[in-house]
Order: sequence, then structure tokens, then C-alpha cells
Amino acid sequence: FRAVPDDGGLVDADEDKDIKTEASNDSWGNNNANDGRLLSPSPGSSASAGSNKSAAGASEEQQTLLAVLQFLRKNKLTESVEILRREAGLPEDSLEPKGAESSGAGSGGASGGVDLEGGDASSLLTAGEDQPDVNVVLSAYSQQGDPALYEVYYSGLKRFIESVLDCHRAELSQVFYPLFVHMYLELVYNNHESEAKAFFEKFSGDQECYYEDDLRVLSSLTKKEHMRGNETLLDFRTSKFVLRISRDSYQLLKRHLQERQNNQIWNIIQEHLYIDIFDGMPRSKSQIDAMSGSLAGEAKREANKAKVYYGLLKEPEIELPLDDEDEEAENEEGKPKKKKPKKDSLGSKSKKQDPNAPSQNRIPLPELKDSDKLDKIMYMKEATKRIRLGPDNLPSICFYSFLNAYQGLTAVDFTDDSSLIAGGFADSTVRVWSVTPKKLRKVKSAADLNLIDKESDDVLERIMDEKTASESKILCGHSGPVYGISFSPDRNYLLSSSEDGTVRLWSLQTFTCLVGYKGHNYPVWDTQFSPHGYYFVSGGHDRVARLWATDHYQPLRMFSGHLADVTCTRFHPNSNYVATGSSDRTIRLWDVLNGNCVRIFTGHKGPIHALAFSPNGKFLASGATDGRVLLWDIGHGLMVGELKGHTDTIYSLRFSRDGEILASGSMDNTVRLWDATKAFDDLETDDFTAATGHIHLQDNSQELLLGTYMTKSTPVIHLHFTRRNLLLAAGAYNP
Amino acid sequence: MAEERRQKQCSVILPTESMKAMAESVGVGQLQEESCVAISEEVSYRIKEIAQDALKFMHHGKRRKLTTSDIDNALKLKNVEPLYGFQSQEFIPFRFASGGGRELHFYEEREVDLSDIINTPLPRVPLDVSLKAHWLSIEGVQPAIPENPPPAPKEQQKAESTEPLKVAKPGQEEEAAIQGKSQGATAADGKGKEKGLIRLKPRSTHELSVEQQLYYKEITEACVGSCEAKRAEALQSIATDPGLYQMLPRFSTFISEGVRVNVVQNNLALLIYLMRMVKALMDNPTLYLEKYLHELIPAVVTCIVSKQLCLRPDVDNHWALRDFAARLMAQSCKTFSTTTNNIQSRITKTFTKSWLDDKTQWTTRYGCIAGLAELGPDVIKTLILPRLTVEGARIKAVMEGPVVSNIDKIGADHVQSLLLKHCASVIAKIRPQPDNVEQYRTDYGYLGPMLCSHVMKARTQAALQAQQVNRTTLTITQPRPTLSVSQSGLSGSTGPRTPSIIKVPSSLTLMSPRPGTPSQPSPPATKYIVMATSAGTATTQQVITLSSSQSASPVTSTVPSATSTLQPLVKLESGSGPGLTGSRPLQKYIVVSLPSSASSSLEILPCLVQLKTQGLFGLNVKG
Repeated sequence: FRAVPDDGGLVDADEDKDIKTEASNDSWGNNNANDGRLLSPSPGSSASAGSNKSAAGASEEQQTLLAVLQFLRKNKLTESVEILRREAGLPEDSLEPKGAESSGAGSGGASGGVDLEGGDASSLLTAGEDQPDVNVVLSAYSQQGDPALYEVYYSGLKRFIESVLDCHRAELSQVFYPLFVHMYLELVYNNHESEAKAFFEKFSGDQECYYEDDLRVLSSLTKKEHMRGNETLLDFRTSKFVLRISRDSYQLLKRHLQERQNNQIWNIIQEHLYIDIFDGMPRSKSQIDAMSGSLAGEAKREANKAKVYYGLLKEPEIELPLDDEDEEAENEEGKPKKKKPKKDSLGSKSKKQDPNAPSQNRIPLPELKDSDKLDKIMYMKEATKRIRLGPDNLPSICFYSFLNAYQGLTAVDFTDDSSLIAGGFADSTVRVWSVTPKKLRKVKSAADLNLIDKESDDVLERIMDEKTASESKILCGHSGPVYGISFSPDRNYLLSSSEDGTVRLWSLQTFTCLVGYKGHNYPVWDTQFSPHGYYFVSGGHDRVARLWATDHYQPLRMFSGHLADVTCTRFHPNSNYVATGSSDRTIRLWDVLNGNCVRIFTGHKGPIHALAFSPNGKFLASGATDGRVLLWDIGHGLMVGELKGHTDTIYSLRFSRDGEILASGSMDNTVRLWDATKAFDDLETDDFTAATGHIHLQDNSQELLLGTYMTKSTPVIHLHFTRRNLLLAAGAYNP
Repeated sequence: MAEERRQKQCSVILPTESMKAMAESVGVGQLQEESCVAISEEVSYRIKEIAQDALKFMHHGKRRKLTTSDIDNALKLKNVEPLYGFQSQEFIPFRFASGGGRELHFYEEREVDLSDIINTPLPRVPLDVSLKAHWLSIEGVQPAIPENPPPAPKEQQKAESTEPLKVAKPGQEEEAAIQGKSQGATAADGKGKEKGLIRLKPRSTHELSVEQQLYYKEITEACVGSCEAKRAEALQSIATDPGLYQMLPRFSTFISEGVRVNVVQNNLALLIYLMRMVKALMDNPTLYLEKYLHELIPAVVTCIVSKQLCLRPDVDNHWALRDFAARLMAQSCKTFSTTTNNIQSRITKTFTKSWLDDKTQWTTRYGCIAGLAELGPDVIKTLILPRLTVEGARIKAVMEGPVVSNIDKIGADHVQSLLLKHCASVIAKIRPQPDNVEQYRTDYGYLGPMLCSHVMKARTQAALQAQQVNRTTLTITQPRPTLSVSQSGLSGSTGPRTPSIIKVPSSLTLMSPRPGTPSQPSPPATKYIVMATSAGTATTQQVITLSSSQSASPVTSTVPSATSTLQPLVKLESGSGPGLTGSRPLQKYIVVSLPSSASSSLEILPCLVQLKTQGLFGLNVKG
């Protein structure tokens, strides 16, 4: 039995598309893992390095490449250096001047190289075992001011900001938090422990309540030694805190600081803050509050400017039994028949290519197999029987309770056709249930398979072992709680990610483990199959989301940039993008093609635990521990809605099949239904909003809330709309 | 407020004494103060770090409670060997000790004999995970099935009936709040404004769905039908189904009309069935009957005091119905009597008035006395005991006088035994020993001698059963004031802790946990009786109550044996009144688990409530 889909040609095509940024990331990752895999030119890394030519040109990228080379050379990985240099088409001597510069820059060439690339790679690096030289990273703090004066400076600024005009006050108040943190860290770094404590106690209460978690981390940190190895802190240092301030307000602040000769604060602002200045009206407090809350401030405006092809892919041309073939009896006959005219009409319909859709072969997708086509036909048929949902026509909800789970249920997934349920448990097991009368059967053993007449028509039926039929199967293999679980679209495979740092691929034919994908090394919080199969994404405690293909044991892409754990991952319906939510309270959208981060959404005040794309691919919904659901317009890169109502962490979100209803399930034991159509229709997407990104949200959660359904002490951890728009929910009953 | 909390966070650091103690425990003596400070700061920091990571695992484990395995995983993240041996699911019993100016919290590790472990029988295998589907919502409407939480929680029903003006349904409350907000904002539309200002009492709909109508028909037919098995099932459904709120008005009318008709027709069986329905309704933990008492109480009282309840008063056992109804009455008095509706005093007045009337029939007389007696020892003491002499004379007139009618005689006989039964236990408590027949005769007249023998019997029985109880009880001597109670439900590792029962004694659900698979009827709940014993003379008295309660019979029967549970425990309250209890510092709680019978646990409940009102629980848990 083949472990992975048979599409070898795909890989090559994919590798050709690889881009250089990826190469650098990949090699960093490998080095961090210290597995020396880089020495043997693995298909992934060498091939991706090979494609550097295609994207070479930008000087910044050149520099990154040089830094990588430098690093390799430093670690005596001469063979790799040679390969990479040759592949990149760099002359032999190109390395020399750069190298000298780099090694002169600091005690570690590594961190020097990293700095060139910015926060992304360095944060990835810090997750590894070999820390960058912390002294280099922290050295910025070594500049001494009089510790006693810090309080004076801070309260002076506070007085100033409190005295400015109302319209500027809200904007300038944003400065408080990053300033507070950096001043505190500076005090700690310079061993002024008691001053630091006094400073913290005096001003920590002024900070916005949504920073409370970070403040808690900070409060425990009182010694220089603690700063070594504290990831939160290194992130804060390495990534500049982004503030958006109008030009007027900024001028006001600048003038004040310069008048007062307040260099201490000015230095911090210059060095650690990135102030994104815009022209126009200063924003209001509510506008600012809506967008702030993440670990590293708001997203820079240009971070969300890249073009995102959010449209859907053209459906593959399958001849369907269309409406006139309603009679059930004809179905069996209808499938294999090729009906030419129908096909044409369908083709011409989808010829009208959505301008926002990516080209069909932007990323190579697996070819459809016959069984997939059959499934598509089934899907279409079901879709015709789908219930139109709306505010007056709410879906029925069927709740699957896991009984006797003893608080151990950690993940749930349904197949797209709702025939199977899988549950991941804290005791490392994965269980699969069939919810249809069709029982789960294993394939016969190899010896028995030999006895089968392979020419017979029902060979697929004959290979199954009737004796193993049961309603549920247990998959054992992980050595830690299973936190993420996902069925492949063709229902042949199941992915599970676990605390043990691996993602496993299971066959649902043999009910055995096929592959263990290693690479995360730390708990993997979530994994998901691409809607087209073959690819999958995973994200974990190491702050990196990885894109894999089932037939590669190494990741194809590594999406690094989050400043804290990647808590949830989701594929865009067109498989060209991946959204990741993180405990740094941001959501990022990544381009699968080149690994770039194309959107950063800030506004959540807690770790994000649920993401959902609308079926038309235009919108994204996200839910976090703060109990709010936020809605995002992907094309414009804007927050477009806020749904308040839940009182606890939201663990699952799902749009109905036609996108009219958004269902959310939470730890507070409720399922809530929201009017998604209305939420998106009410949008005021005028040009100004789109240009500045300054949204004004209406507080209309109550109007949008269509229903709240309490369960009996059962947290809702998964939701799923069947093809006919019946809502399935799942959770473990906690008596 | 947040500021205060944060400051506290900032300053929490392990005491240096702990460091010293730990150093000593691993053989490092004489740790310098400075090193202690440095170590404790470092340790505090690391512990906080680990706790933060552990929280991450808790969130991803989709739990609200941090477990030891989360900590283990967090340690693994840091490449630290996890702690072994802390597998406790519930709480880790750290113990506190002080002495020599030191305070210590430590984990008590007992040496365990391996053979003990080997010889203990294996625990029940925990049930395997299973999957169960139910409808959470059907086209936007949540069906009222046991799998779903009750549509209107009991507290809300109670609030609605007692303080109708203050209550808005949760959804509407929010709405009102929202409207208030939008009003406070700039331009609220007129409709919103209106609604914000005038809060209308929610109009409750009384339309039943087709399913509910069918259910109602089935249930009522089964309740008064001829098949006893069906009736039991129907009553079980009434007593447990959480979705009957909407049907309550129908049920209460059904009962009240039913009683009206069947009293006239003297149909004893049907009256009994209807009273059992009342009982089932009262048993339902999700229903609050206050609003329907105006229909239910007359029906119940009719069954207590009606002159004639059956066709053949000399043969049929209508006395049992009167007893049963009297208990129902007492129960509703306890549950629903408030200062505004004064149910108890009104009922007492009614009973006394007709009892005092000379022309009252023996049947009615019996009902009045039963109704009063069920209201508790206080009522017996103040209203019944003083009239014993008069009543005795009346009974004597019938028994020893010229034969009037057989029916009168039977009636008088029943009244007599009823009086003896109820009064003996009360007198046993309020009268000091010794029991002198002559003394009794002067005090209570004709009934005196019989009372005397009953009282003596009661006393000896008490002493006897005290011993019995001692053999079967389980005394809990845990360091913490928790009473561990074994339970029959599916709760698995998270066994209920008794304090929660004590805290919410009025909640029936705690006593009979409904299983996760609500399609099957809930398993018979194990019964617990929590009672106090104390050193001293009073012990014996209290223990009587317990043993007699062991003979509790299924509630479904009309035989009044279930009284025994209720009544003696009530005695406990008066016997060891608040004054007495306060003076006794050392009290032990004894938890007895009765074999689960088909009976519901309801009888115990009023006792718990009463104990609670007496402040016994609070006192003893602390002590």
C-alpha cells in the first residue's frame, strides 16, 4: 500500500517554484535542530537553494544570502557553502568583504546575519537551543541613565500626554506601554533591581488591561540573568514595537521631548519603537483599542498592502449529473457517462475568471483521482439539497458529546462528508468513529490480499477485512497529548499533531501510522490538511508554522515571524494561503508560493485559538481567549467586525456552506450563531478606510447574534457544517 | 483594583525559610542568608515561568483546571525531568505544620506496604470513551430534552414567581443593557428608547408544540391508566425531565380538576395516582411550582381532609392517601412558604379550625391531625400535645361508649394510633425520664398509658439502633474537613465533595447525579444520610433517627413508611437544639451510604435543609 499520494511530478514543479527566502529559513531551521541534515543535500533545501536564481536581484536578499553563506562557512560546512554559492551564482570572492564586515559587527556572525533579515529569522533562532549571543541583543540596553531619574522621565511624559488636546491624547497614550517595558528592562539590565521594582509598581497599573499577561511575565523578571533565555523579552527587544500615530501627534511628542532634552525617552523611541506616521485625523481611543493588544504593537500599514489572491480556484471540470437528473436511479449510470454539452456549459461558466483568484497552477495541486471525482459529484448532489440558511432559517445543531472522556479530549475533527469523527486525547491516543451505519474496516493482511482475485469488479470491497469491522478504532503512536487533528479531504488519511513534537500521518485503510513528520521539536499545537489534500500545515510552540507535503519528510515552507507559539493554523479555501493564529495575539496570512507573510492582523487581546475562512475566501474570522470573534477583510487587510458575546475562550469557528451564518463554539458551554451576511454587508468600505486602515466598528454584536445554545457542562471544541448545512458540534461532557 | 493585584504579583516570592528547610532536607546545613535570598528569588522566577507554560498546556487541553500533567509538560519544554508521583486528579493534599517558629507546607507521603496494594481488589475499570449525539437545536429552537440544560433554570422560575417585577429573562436583560447603551450614545431609534425606558415583563408563551402535546397526552394517560409499569415510567419522566416548565400549567389544571371530579365519585385509586403526580412534580429539580400552588394546594388538602374518599370507607385504606397527601403538604410548606404567602400558617389555621369543630367527622379529624403532625415536631408540641386530653376523651367515648357505627369506631382507632405514633417521639424528647404511667395519665388523660408505653419503646429502640449504626458507619478522619462520599454516578475521577452538598442543600441534582447518557432513566441514586453525632448522652437519641431511616421504602408506595425517614431526622433538630449544639464542640459527621433502592433521595433532603437552617453544618465543618 502506498503511503502517500502518487504524484511524483508535482514535487519537481513545486521545487522549481521555491524561492530564496525559504532557503535561508530552511537552513537556519536545520542548524537549530543540530541534526546536520544540511550536509547531505536534501531535496528540499538544495532544490530550493537552486531556485535562488529566479528571485535574486533585490539587494536585501543578496545580503541575507551572504549572511547565510557566512554562517555556513563559520560552522565549517564547506560543502554546503560551495553548493549554495554555486546555485546562487555568486562569484567566489563575493563573500569576502561581506564576511569581514559581518564578523566585525559583533561577537557572533550568526546574530549579525540575523539582524540583517530583521526580526523574523532571529526570533526563529531564539527558539532553538543555541541562543544568539544575548549580550549582543541586549547591548542596546547598556546605555546608562541615572536610574533614579527614570520615574521622573516617565511621569513627566505622562503629565505631558495627559495635558495635550483630547484628540492627540489617545494616540500618544500608545507610547506608554512600550516605553514602560523598555525602561523597565533597561533598569533590570543595568542591575537596578530595586528601582526597577519601584518603577514597575508605580506605573504598571496605568497600562491597558489587555497587556496584563505580558506584565505578569515582566513582573517576575527582576534580574539580568533572567533576561537570558526569556523568549518574550527577546522578542520584545528584537522586534520593534509598531505604533501608528498621526503626523500632528507625532510632531507634538517630538517637540516636547526635544524641548525637555529628554534623551533617555527619545533614544528608546528611536531605537525600539517603530512609529508608523500617517497624515490625517488622529484616531480615536476606540479605534486604537480595536487594533492594539498584540505583543508587538499594530501591524505596519505596508505589511498589509501586498496583493492577496483571495478568490476561489476554478472548480475542476467534472461532468455532473445536473438538475435534470434528479432521479436517484439514474445516478449510478450518470456518473461514468461523459456528457459533452454539459461539460462545455460548465466550462464556459467558470471561464469568467475571478480577478481576485490566483491562477489555477499558482501552486501545483494534486490531480483529481477517480474517487475524488466521485466525491465531488456527491458533493454537488448534496449541495443541491442544501438548506438556505439565514436569520429566519437557522440551522439545526446536532451535538456529539464525548462521554467518559475524563477531561482528556483535546481535539476533534469531522470529515467533510461528516461520515467520520476523530478525537485526539490527552492520553496520546487518537480515536476514529464512524457516525454512519458503515463500520470501519481494515484492509486485509498482505498474505490474505494475495488470495484475492485482482480482476474482479468489487476488488475494493474484497480487500477489506470484515472481521475487523467496528464503530471505532484507536490509533496509538504519539507519546503526548494530541492537540491537533485533521482528516484528508479524500478520507484516506488522518493527521495528528502532538505534544511530543511530531505530526503523524495515519492511514484510514489500515489504521496504522504511515509517517511521523519531525521538525518542530516542541509541542505541535495544530495541523490541518489543505482543502485540496497533499499539503498540510502545522504550527507549534517553536513559533514556526510549517508547510509539508505528505510525501516529503521535510517541510516545504517554514513560516516564521510570530513572536510566540503558533496556536492554530488554517488553509485558505484556494490552498494558496495559510492563516496562523498565535499567542502573540496576531494573525498572519502567509503565501504558500513564496513563504511571505502577506497580512498581519492585530486586535485580539489574548491568544488566538480559532480561525475560519468564509467559503468565498474573502473573509477570515478569528476567536481568542478574550471571548471575542473578530472578522477580517483579507483583500483590504482590515478588521471589519467584532462579535462580542462569549464569556470564555472560543475554540471553534465555522461558516455555513454558503457563508450566511457564522457559528462559534466556546469553553463557556455555548454555541452561538451570528449573522455573517449582515456583518459583511454593513461594511463601509470606502476608499478612505481602505487606504488608512482606520476602521470604525459599530457595536452591533447583539443584532448579529442569532442564537445562543447552552450545552450541559460541555465545552464546545469543534463545529462543522455538513454539506446540507446541518451544524455538527462536538465536545466532552464534564460531569 | 487591578493595580493592587499586580503589585501583589510582583512581590510574591518564596520565603527564605523554605529554602533553608529544603537545603536541610538534602543535607546542606547552614545556608547563608544571602544565598537563601538569591536562591528563593531564582526559584520563584522559575516556578512562575513554568506555571505560565503550564497554562499554555491547559488552554490547549481545552480545560479550565490546571493539572499536574500540564506542569510535567511544561517541565519537559524546559528540558527538565518531570515530577513523578503526583498523579492526583483532584487536589494535592498539602499539609500544614508549624512549630519552632517555622511554618511548613508539606506533602504527606505515607509508606505503602506493597502487599496491601497487591491484595486490594482492583478498582472498577473506568468506562471507555463513547460518543453520543443529540439535538442541541432544531431549526433554531432548543428542544427540551434531558441532554440539554433546562430552558428556564429553577432559580429563574423562582425569581419570576416571587419577584415578578425584578426579573427579566437573561436575553432581555442584555438587550435592555444594550439599549441603554445605544441610548446613551448619540441617536438611538425611537423604538429602542421606548424599550429602554419601560421594561415589560416578558410574556411567556403557553403554546405547546405538537411533540409536547403528544407527550402530555401520553403522560397523563399513563399516570391515571391501569398499567402500573407505565405509570412508574411516566412518573419517573415527570420527576426528572428538565423540559416540563411549559407544561406545568396543564399538569396543575389536570390534577386539580382530576381531584375535584374523583372526590365526588369517591375514586380512591385515581386520587392516589394524582397525588403521586404532585409528588413527581415536586421532585423534579428543574421545576418551581410556586405559581401553581393555588391549584395544587386545594387538591392536596382535599385529599387530606375530605369526609369521604372512597366507596367503602370501612374497608378501603384511604388513611394511607391522607398520610401521603399530608406529607406532600408538609413538603410544599417547607419549600414554598414565604412571609408573603404564609402558606404554612394558613394551612395550620385551616387544619386546626376543622379539628376543633365538634361536628367534624373522624375521617376529617384524622386528616387534620396528620396534616398538622407532618409539619414538624414544633407544631406537634404546640398544637397537638395540649389537645391530647380532649381528643383522648373523645376517642374513649367512641371506643367504650355505646356502639354508634362501625365507621366511627375505625376512625377513632386510626386517630388514636396516629396520635400515638406522632406524639410518642416528640414526648420522648421533651419529657425527662423516667416514664411513669400515672403521671402520663394525669397529663394526657385516656391516651396517657398507651403513650407511656410507646415512649418507652421509642427510647429503647433508639439505644438499640445506636449500636447497629455504629457498626455500619464510616467515620471520616481526614485532615481536611472534607467528607469523602462514594458515589454511584458516572463522575469517575471527580467525585463530588461533600462540602458542595452542604453548601447547596436545596439542589437535588447533587444528590442524584444524572448520567451523561440521558436516554436511559437515571440509575437509582445512592442515598446518603449525613448526620451529626457527638460525645455525650444525646448520641443515642440522634442515632435512632438514622437507623429508622434505613427502613425507608420506595416513595412510590402509598404506605406511609417513608415518614420514618423524615420524621425522626426532624427530631434530631429539636432534640439537639441550637443551644445544645453550640455547647458541644466536638462533633463528628457520619456518612452512611444506603443501598440504592428505587426510591428517590428526596426524603433526606428536607432534613439536610433543616440541618442547614439550624446552623449545624456550618458549625461542624469548621470545627
